[in-house]
Amino acid sequence: MRVGPIVARIRSPFRVVESALRLHYAADALAPDGDFVDFDVSVDAPIGVRRYVRPQAVFRFEGREPFKPLPASQAFPLLEWGLNWCISAHCHQYLIVHAAVVERNDRAMLMPAPPGSGKSTLCAALVARGFRLLSDELALIDIATGRLVPLPRPISLKNASIGIIESFWKDGTIGAVVDDTVKGAVAHASAPPDSVTRSDEHASPAFVVVPRYRADSEITLEPLSRAAGFMQLADNAFNYSLHGRAGFDALARLIDSSTCFAFTYGGTLDDAVRTLEALYEMKHGGDA
Amino acid sequence: MAVMREVLIDALRDPSRVPHDTIAWEALIRRGREAGLLGTLAWRLSERGLLDAVPAAPRAHLRAALVVCRAQEAAVHREVREIVRALRGIGAPIVLLKGAAYLLAELPPAQGRVFSDVDILVPKGALPDVESALMLAGFATTHHHPYDQRYYRRWMHELPPMQHVKRLTVLDVHHTIVPATGRVRLDASNLFRASVALTQHAELQVLAPADMVLHSATHLFQNEDLTHGLRDLVDIHALLTHFGARPRFFAELASRAEELDVMRPLFYALRFASRLFDMDVPREVVDAVSRHGPRPPLSRAMDMLLGAALMPDAARASTRLARQALYVRGHWLRMPVPLLAWHLTVKAFRREEGQPA
Repeated sequence: MRVGPIVARIRSPFRVVESALRLHYAADALAPDGDFVDFDVSVDAPIGVRRYVRPQAVFRFEGREPFKPLPASQAFPLLEWGLNWCISAHCHQYLIVHAAVVERNDRAMLMPAPPGSGKSTLCAALVARGFRLLSDELALIDIATGRLVPLPRPISLKNASIGIIESFWKDGTIGAVVDDTVKGAVAHASAPPDSVTRSDEHASPAFVVVPRYRADSEITLEPLSRAAGFMQLADNAFNYSLHGRAGFDALARLIDSSTCFAFTYGGTLDDAVRTLEALYEMKHGGDA
Repeated sequence: MAVMREVLIDALRDPSRVPHDTIAWEALIRRGREAGLLGTLAWRLSERGLLDAVPAAPRAHLRAALVVCRAQEAAVHREVREIVRALRGIGAPIVLLKGAAYLLAELPPAQGRVFSDVDILVPKGALPDVESALMLAGFATTHHHPYDQRYYRRWMHELPPMQHVKRLTVLDVHHTIVPATGRVRLDASNLFRASVALTQHAELQVLAPADMVLHSATHLFQNEDLTHGLRDLVDIHALLTHFGARPRFFAELASRAEELDVMRPLFYALRFASRLFDMDVPREVVDAVSRHGPRPPLSRAMDMLLGAALMPDAARASTRLARQALYVRGHWLRMPVPLLAWHLTVKAFRREEGQPA
């Protein structure tokens, strides 16, 4: 299966994995035979009693098991987390930041944030309103060009945001809800076909928006200094320290071509999306 | 003896002979990653200007490995500076071992190598001072169970690994290069006398060339864990190739091995460097060392076991079985039987208690 620049070979005996893959990944995501496989992974039933009694699923990559087994019902989220791990732990040809990335008119918006800040919800909402999805978790920054490399995989929604996105994104495809994971209830929303088709099109960074969800808060979009934006990206990067000087230069270049904001949102998603869409109506390169 | 064929070993031996088809590239990248040798392979390709000719998909993995090893090099340099600062004033010689030694002495095995921790060798008498100076500098012991502390301090050749509380880097402090309880006995003062000061770091030393090879060989062929055996053999081969260019190096290596009583590990090192990497060793040295090799049928069994265990493919049943057999042998060589029985009993009970054994 090909997603953006990555080809993964996935083996699994679980029906839930098969049906989720069929639902979330387009038929043409199947990489042709003979393509180089970057990551050969499996989500398997463990050997022993846990194959039959309260069955479990285990993620394997090249003979290793980087995570503890999970209940078999969580096999698909486990696969998605496993693929994230494969990419963030190995693809050091990129600078990788824990951030959602969407794009419109070749102007990408990075939303760096730790889990729980509403980044995926916001990302799904923007994509529902026509933004192109690059990634809801992993911003891959090409060190040489400074451009963002798409990795359009299903958006992972948690707990209350599942219902919110279901009613917000009427023509979205949202998969089965998997309860009681470490992150609570989880469901995935498919990447729109257009985002998948255009997964070879890299995008130029234009905005860095640090999101924070506060249930009853007003929507505020405040300018953030470039230095603070830089620190947000560096703090949320998986492999910033590995890249040394080149990593610093790449982030500095990204920040130089972006305008940075701190975004607190609550209330309705519509208002949040409209506020961010307004950024795209400003003059190109306009400073905040 | 026939040279062994395997895609990763072939590519390391002769980087101009990398695969032409996708399936073989997949195997090469996968095994390189598994063996911890992807960086080494990337470095060797890059040094010969062959990296750009690699197809884009596997090349991305090779480049990623180079990014990691450059970052690790910088980290090891930084760590060594901190250790020197912490131990200034102790007045004891500090000898860098393994990866950090190769890097600081600018020796070929450092090229593209992965580093997990920094190893230093200090005289046994200086251990208490060294340990407290390191603790003052922020290094804390990692094994808190009293049994582990005793295991390391009484029976092993090193302190329990120390970890820096902020930088999280791991430092192994050795006082000799083989376990105190093992079959091989070795007078460490011999190693200090022969050690060589680094040109850029007058306060640091590395082992003499022959001792460096012998340390790596003893480590590999006495060890119970051969998961990264091939990586160690690649180190040994690179050292032999580098130092072997000096006249009489191999003869000196053999006589030093005799003096330190580590002929058997040297026998295996030369045998497998020849078998896997086509290493050219002078005939008379091979003959001299071979007299210390095992006799049949043990020789044949060890050839098979080590040959299989060194293959970079844990998915292969023969490799897994051989590694298990050598795991038992490694413990056997490490301690006398009553101590081994006691050690394994303690570990088994602790596993039952749910503690990391």
